[in-house]
Amino acid sequence: MDVLGLDTLDLARWQFGITTVYHFLMVPLTIGLGVLVAVMHTMWVRTDKPEWLRMTRFWGRIYLINFALGVATGLVQEFQFGLAWSEYSRFVGDVFGSLLALEALLAFFLESTFLGLWIFGWGRIPKKLHLAALWAAVIGSIVSAYFIIAANSWMQHPVGVEVGEDGRPVQVDFLAVLGNNTALAAFSHAIVAALMVAGALLVGIGLWHLRRRKLAGQPESDVDHAVWRRSVRLGGFVSLAAFVLVAVTGDWQGKLMYHQQPLKMSSAEALCETEAPAPFSIFAFGKLGSNECDDVHSWTVPGLLSFLAHGDFETAVPGVNELQEEYAAVYGETYPDDPSFGDRAGGEIDYTPLLAVTYWSFRLMIGMGAVSAGVAAYALWATRRGRVPTSRIAVYGSLLAVGAPFVANATGWIFTEMGRQPFVVYPNPDVPVGEQVYFFTAQAVSPGISTGEVWTSLIGLTAVYGALAVVELWLITRFVRRGVTTGDGAPVPGSPPEGTPDDDVSGDPGGPRRDDDVLSFAY
Amino acid sequence: MDLQTLWFAAVAVLWTGFLLLEGFDFGVAALLPVLGRRTADRHVMLRTIGPLWDGNEVWLITAVGAVFAAFPGWYATWLPALYLPFVLVLFGLIIRAVAFEWRHSHHTEAWDATWTRVITGGSLIAALGIGAALGATTLGLPIDVDGNRVGGPFAGIGWPALLGGVSVLAFSVVHGAVFLALKTDGPIRAAAHAFALRWAPVAALPLLAWAGLVHLRSGTAVTGLLWLVAALSVVVAWTRLRVGREGQAFAAWGTMLVAAAATVFGAAFPVVVPSTLDAAFDVTIADAAVSDYTLTVMTWAAGIGLPVVLGYQAWTYWVFRRRLTAEPQHTGEQVSA
Repeated sequence: MDVLGLDTLDLARWQFGITTVYHFLMVPLTIGLGVLVAVMHTMWVRTDKPEWLRMTRFWGRIYLINFALGVATGLVQEFQFGLAWSEYSRFVGDVFGSLLALEALLAFFLESTFLGLWIFGWGRIPKKLHLAALWAAVIGSIVSAYFIIAANSWMQHPVGVEVGEDGRPVQVDFLAVLGNNTALAAFSHAIVAALMVAGALLVGIGLWHLRRRKLAGQPESDVDHAVWRRSVRLGGFVSLAAFVLVAVTGDWQGKLMYHQQPLKMSSAEALCETEAPAPFSIFAFGKLGSNECDDVHSWTVPGLLSFLAHGDFETAVPGVNELQEEYAAVYGETYPDDPSFGDRAGGEIDYTPLLAVTYWSFRLMIGMGAVSAGVAAYALWATRRGRVPTSRIAVYGSLLAVGAPFVANATGWIFTEMGRQPFVVYPNPDVPVGEQVYFFTAQAVSPGISTGEVWTSLIGLTAVYGALAVVELWLITRFVRRGVTTGDGAPVPGSPPEGTPDDDVSGDPGGPRRDDDVLSFAY
Repeated sequence: MDLQTLWFAAVAVLWTGFLLLEGFDFGVAALLPVLGRRTADRHVMLRTIGPLWDGNEVWLITAVGAVFAAFPGWYATWLPALYLPFVLVLFGLIIRAVAFEWRHSHHTEAWDATWTRVITGGSLIAALGIGAALGATTLGLPIDVDGNRVGGPFAGIGWPALLGGVSVLAFSVVHGAVFLALKTDGPIRAAAHAFALRWAPVAALPLLAWAGLVHLRSGTAVTGLLWLVAALSVVVAWTRLRVGREGQAFAAWGTMLVAAAATVFGAAFPVVVPSTLDAAFDVTIADAAVSDYTLTVMTWAAGIGLPVVLGYQAWTYWVFRRRLTAEPQHTGEQVSA
């Protein structure tokens, strides 16, 4: 049953792509906002200033709403390697599974246990211990990111293994797997990119509230004003600093990629022929979709790609056409005539990733990152020395730009994952040919499942995820519009009411709190 | 004990720990429409598991992660053979997880009622589905020599899966009731106590049947003894409930689960996926395991990490140890405090 001509492999890939990109909308916000909320909470504990408490509780609430969906969609990830990619799981079992298990043991327990303690610990455990609980949860998220990126990076650049008797990798050096340079670069890139997501959120929402308050004639001397002002300043600085680090770590990744996955880099540039010095493409036109490199033409900056790949303006960067031939010579022109490749057995292998996807996702990633940095710079400038911007276009533009770093994160991963096709485990060029570990995506899918099953889960998961996205956006938007206080019902520093951090914002501003509100914040 | 056996034991401990801990939050969630007639009662019930359920669920993630890490051949046979049931479990867990967080993000009756029902529904699906998966992996799946399922999408769902599903659900519901009796005060405590007293003997039957079957098939004298401990624990739990000793009843009911799970895993050892088609196709720990090097690394990591995890998780249980009540006149900690 090949509806739309899609087989289980195509469907499983769509399912993995959709569920993973979706999951990774929550992840950077969890990581980035977690760090910033912990900073706010720390500032409150240190200074006792009420604006830091309100910031902690306001941004903490958004952090939690988002965290729930992140946890829920993360569950799917751990199961789907087995459900849809059983042959992959068998192949990489000696390395990959242990990283997932360690993530659960060393990171998820920390994250979930201490987050529960933070949510329910207001006023119940000592102030500093309560703060430490949040930091423990945030560190858990970061440790989790490290293990999962180490697992992914091993697929990009398998190290610490030898080829076993059955052709599968056998782990010989766990520390090499953990210390994979690909993982170190990707991890640092992902963490600072996550901070850009959180920074953009603080800037966009903070500016919107500042402007609204100013237009409504509300005072600039009260705590709420300080909340939004500090949020914008903190978010702006974090965004800008993170953008610089994103560029530095991205450059590190680029240089590794030039060596480890040259086809990914050349196809990101639609660079057909080997060139020295190699130019950087600004905008491509022609038929990218045909995946025939020679159909593509672009406006370029001479020499820049050589610099990105190798740090000088002369080095030759191999073109797609040459690399395609090199790979075909080493790894075969066609898939082996083996049942594990299903319908693709004996078929021709295209070693060039989808040019349209790699080319544009790479540019969207960089472009959207730059947009975020621009907005952050604008916000810092527009709020300098106590100013409040009232330009409708600028403020709503900043609000819209909250989405930019999300797009950058998503396209960055799409680029990374699509760029290594047709391999799911990419051969490591530092290992002699013949001793390399590699695995084609075409042989990774579960052989025993039917297209009907994958259609069912694909449609079901997409529908549920879609519905949950609507609810999450509605909840966050509604919460954000309402702001931080209930008028005179502001919390007293030092003795916050118990329960989740939303209890100072429940109910209408200034109005009496309903009984069930008091109950409902606290389960 | 060799490393493969050690890790089989570790996986068994993780699944048992998961059932023991998440069992009561599944149970409390399942009992919401039964015992939580008033909104305030439902809130107290949810409050008992609020700080704990997420930590409990990590036991599931760790258990599945450990299966993948130590026995990828088990992971890659078991999950695709039960593709749709596992997907259903994921749906249950997803909607449940967001419902816990989201239900108190907006305050209207309808919103609250909807998400409360979602928590119940998601928990029922998850408990049934996970039980079904465990039943199937200990009693049999129709797999061929390569570990691939023979038959259509529903071929994996036979009586073993049904027995496992009912066992886990029934255990969890009573486990949740005893937990509520232990953790609350006032009318809920009384209602939960009465519920547990009434249903405990019946609820233990499927689990004892499942453990008994695995034992009869491939058990040893030790697993026979463990089964007797499980059966005896039901009696102890029930008599302790009768005299109002909820803490002891909770311990006894938990012991029942631990003994029954030990019977199941102990008797199934060293087979991790028995084939219903031919015993020669059974997947054993030796077929499924990773290299000794990887198991050694994992042993070190778990040996250091697990005690720390147990320590801080136990500590949070201690922090949230007090009884909860919706009634202002009681001495217990009030939900609205």
